[in-house]
Amino acid sequence: MAPPLTFLDYIDQHGVSRRAFLKFCAAAASSLALPTGAAAEIAARLGNMHRPSVIWLSFQECTGCTESLTRSFAPTVENLMFNFLSLDYHHTLQAAAGTAAEAAKATAMRENAGRYLVVVEGAVPRRDGGVYSTIAGRTNLDTLAEAAQHAAAVIAVGSCAAFGGIPNASPNPTGAVAVHDLVRDKPVVNVPGCPPIPVAITGVVAHYLTFNRLPELDHLGRPRAFYGNTIHDRCYRRPFYDQGKFAKSFDDEGARRGWCLYELGCKGPVTYNSCATLKWNDGTSFPIESGHGCLGCSEPHFWDAGGFYRPLSTPTRPVAMAAAAAVGAGAAAGAAMVLHNRRRKRRAKQDHQPATVNDLEKK
Amino acid sequence: MSASLERGLNLWREVLDTPSASFFMSCVHCGLCADACLFYTETGDPQYTPIRKLEPFRRLWRQEYTLLGKLAAKLGLSRPLTDETLAEWSPLIYDSCTLCGRCSLACPVGNDLAYLIRKAREGMAVAGHAPQGLIDATRRTIESGSPMGVRPAAFMTQVRKQSEASGVSIPVDQTGADYLVIMSSMEIIGFPEYLGALARIFRQAGISWTVSSEAYEATNSGIQIGVSDLAREIVMRIVNAAEKLQVKTVIGPECGHAFTALRWEGPNLIGRPYPFAVVHVLELLDQLRTDGKLHTTGQDDTPLTFHDPCQIVRRGGVVDPPRRLLNQVASDFREMEDAGVANWCCGGGGGVGANSRADALRFTAFKRKKSQWDATGARTLVTACANCRNIIEEGLEHYHLDLQVIGLTELVASRLTPPANETETAAS
Amino acid sequence: MDAMTFLLWTRGPGLQIALALFLLGFVLRLFELFSLGRPPDLAVPRPGYRRGGWRTLAARSLPAGTFARQAYVTYGLSYLFHFGLFFSLLFFAPHILLFREIIGISWPALPNAWINAWALLAIAALLLMLVQRLIHPVKRLLSTTHDYFAWALTFAPLLTGYLAFQHALLPYTWMLGIHILSAELLLACLPFTKLIHFATLFVARWYNGDIAGRKGVAS
Repeated sequence: MAPPLTFLDYIDQHGVSRRAFLKFCAAAASSLALPTGAAAEIAARLGNMHRPSVIWLSFQECTGCTESLTRSFAPTVENLMFNFLSLDYHHTLQAAAGTAAEAAKATAMRENAGRYLVVVEGAVPRRDGGVYSTIAGRTNLDTLAEAAQHAAAVIAVGSCAAFGGIPNASPNPTGAVAVHDLVRDKPVVNVPGCPPIPVAITGVVAHYLTFNRLPELDHLGRPRAFYGNTIHDRCYRRPFYDQGKFAKSFDDEGARRGWCLYELGCKGPVTYNSCATLKWNDGTSFPIESGHGCLGCSEPHFWDAGGFYRPLSTPTRPVAMAAAAAVGAGAAAGAAMVLHNRRRKRRAKQDHQPATVNDLEKK
Repeated sequence: MSASLERGLNLWREVLDTPSASFFMSCVHCGLCADACLFYTETGDPQYTPIRKLEPFRRLWRQEYTLLGKLAAKLGLSRPLTDETLAEWSPLIYDSCTLCGRCSLACPVGNDLAYLIRKAREGMAVAGHAPQGLIDATRRTIESGSPMGVRPAAFMTQVRKQSEASGVSIPVDQTGADYLVIMSSMEIIGFPEYLGALARIFRQAGISWTVSSEAYEATNSGIQIGVSDLAREIVMRIVNAAEKLQVKTVIGPECGHAFTALRWEGPNLIGRPYPFAVVHVLELLDQLRTDGKLHTTGQDDTPLTFHDPCQIVRRGGVVDPPRRLLNQVASDFREMEDAGVANWCCGGGGGVGANSRADALRFTAFKRKKSQWDATGARTLVTACANCRNIIEEGLEHYHLDLQVIGLTELVASRLTPPANETETAAS
Repeated sequence: MDAMTFLLWTRGPGLQIALALFLLGFVLRLFELFSLGRPPDLAVPRPGYRRGGWRTLAARSLPAGTFARQAYVTYGLSYLFHFGLFFSLLFFAPHILLFREIIGISWPALPNAWINAWALLAIAALLLMLVQRLIHPVKRLLSTTHDYFAWALTFAPLLTGYLAFQHALLPYTWMLGIHILSAELLLACLPFTKLIHFATLFVARWYNGDIAGRKGVAS
């Protein structure tokens, strides 16, 4: 058998020069906000890397995250790197099916025990023993538990895997939960988004492959490099927000002038992601630039955040009923007080004995 | 039946109304009422903050008429009102308040604190916590007809003397006269020239008027001590006499609280409107002036200023008449600062003058009026309330000041154009 | 609990609860207020007396000559605070959207820079008012725990709102949630504190003006 291919060999075979590779490593180091020496280190490690095994699990998902990742207009190093991974199990991309596919997964997990990466796309249903999503006759719960057991790390790709996403949205009939609710004893990184920006996924993988650990994460387990700022903080329309210039409806004067979309429901201020800087489709655009408010898709419960077109300052639940009930209750209590006060005053008047001068002094 | 805490609290329950509740609910403890009250500004003692004077009254309202207050009381979370509390508050409600109402003008949320103090006194009095001086004055009014003990005979003597001094026969008990003239004891004893002045003015104007030998006392001690039952009895004497004599109008004299008692509180005390009108003497004089029936000659050129009696101007609505009258008879009339509706109290109205316990405080408070007066440069002060006049004179004496105080009606009368035959007599 | 869950709670159940408590308390207190009635005035009022109440209702908002001069610090700070509160609460675009949602009407907003400046003035004024309340003898004597509690209830939304707008102190999602929660606390407690003066002062002023107006005095 030929010696295992290194990544450097692999890209060389695909016509990418060592120089281009080094540029990629510098860019990766930069986007991961790593110190200057890191670029060389990434180059050394990545260059000598052998094909890592990746088990990609698809649960309650739409496959949008895979689509995002594989959508690429030009071969990029990330792309190649992704292709370099030994994607030993992926429903959409694999050639095998049925028992053959399951067997391939089992073999990969056994041969790479302790070293393989698990990528999860989609949420996991828990209700009724997890019957609402099964593969090859087994619940997702079981499948995840088995895969995680000997994994090196788990990457929850997309908001569904990271936070429960759309399956988890009210009323959550299947009892869908996120990966981190189930996997407790392995490092888990969340790469949310609906879908995530492709380089966010590959950046995490690159970091892990290079340094053998996950990048710095925020309190929600997201890599700070990509989720450290809000859309609002980097939005090019921010000056309009500050000036108080808002579009009031789609295609009105303000909208056509590119004013802030806060009043049209933009969730930018509370959404941590890189859309405003890295953008989509190789930096072409992002929702706000196209005139639509941010949906907040990389945040937990974004689907239940009160409505995509309802501004952040508005209630997420109707208040009319509660208000009416409260007025009624207040009126009832008030009526009781009216009766009480009137009665008390009447009694005081009845108890009033007309005062004489002698009454003014105490005996 | 003697005074008791329960009687007092009961009266508080009875007199609390929606305006009172709106005042207590709206107070934000800003303390601006203190800056409007001369008892605070001249002493610097924050306990004289008007809304503070009402604290026990407020607690009663809260504990009895609000849901949260009632719950707190039931759970033992609020302090019950005791006799000690009321005793402690008596000097605040009686000694350091003249019901002048300046605080009511100042409050940014619109609280009428004088209105509240008036009600608070109802409970304090029947709980036995009114000051002795005021109780005595009230006793004298009820039993003898006058807080200063002026009996009918004494009044008639003054009527006779003033008839002689003025040269005008003063009608007594004339049924069907247009106007009934009543006076305050302070005028009868201290400034009886008021009656003579009126006699001359009315003769010139051709006014049909009378005094009553049965009801000559306008001062209402019941209002000052805050016992409506007694105030009612006192005001009824005037009402009865006016109805008996079938007069069209009763003239309120130069006495502040008398005007408040008769004009504004009276119908509500007796529970029905009057069949007659009530005017203040200054309003009548001003009307005569407008109608061309007040003929005066020349003007007094002494620099003089005017003190606005609180119950007549701010709380009585007689704001412009004194000024118009002064401008007719005086050439150097100077308004003091804050003149008019926002003028400062003399410090002795509302029962404070009759309350010897309050003397020291009253003389301290008087410094405000003194400084207002000083700033005008005038040596003469005109006013239209006999009590103010007395208080100011006592204040001048206390501070050893040699200044003059005169009544407005007298001043006007002193400038009356003499009738034709008198001029000849004077010339010859 | 993560920031987003907290924020969504304040925007959802939190608001429902706070609004309900506010309305319940406010209606109850209005009933308490008007339950005591007012006896009719049998004295003959002076001409034009019907204007009295309404006139004072409006006029008491203006600085009153001699009274304002006597206590200019209190007046000045109070105007600064109330204007600042008024502008930042009612004319900040995100707030107007909230009102539109709850009561169905909206109005034009003022520029954010204007709101920013006024909010800062309001915060500064409130701080100075607290100092004054602690050192001025009259205010110190009058003030109880209730006054300081009401101060805190009012200060918190202003401060946290300003911090949220500036994206300062805490990550925005937390700051916004805390701001909304502080406003909800204010709403819920308001009817049972002196802050109810925002509504009852109109009643008090009206009675004041009516009593004086019947006597022919413009109070």
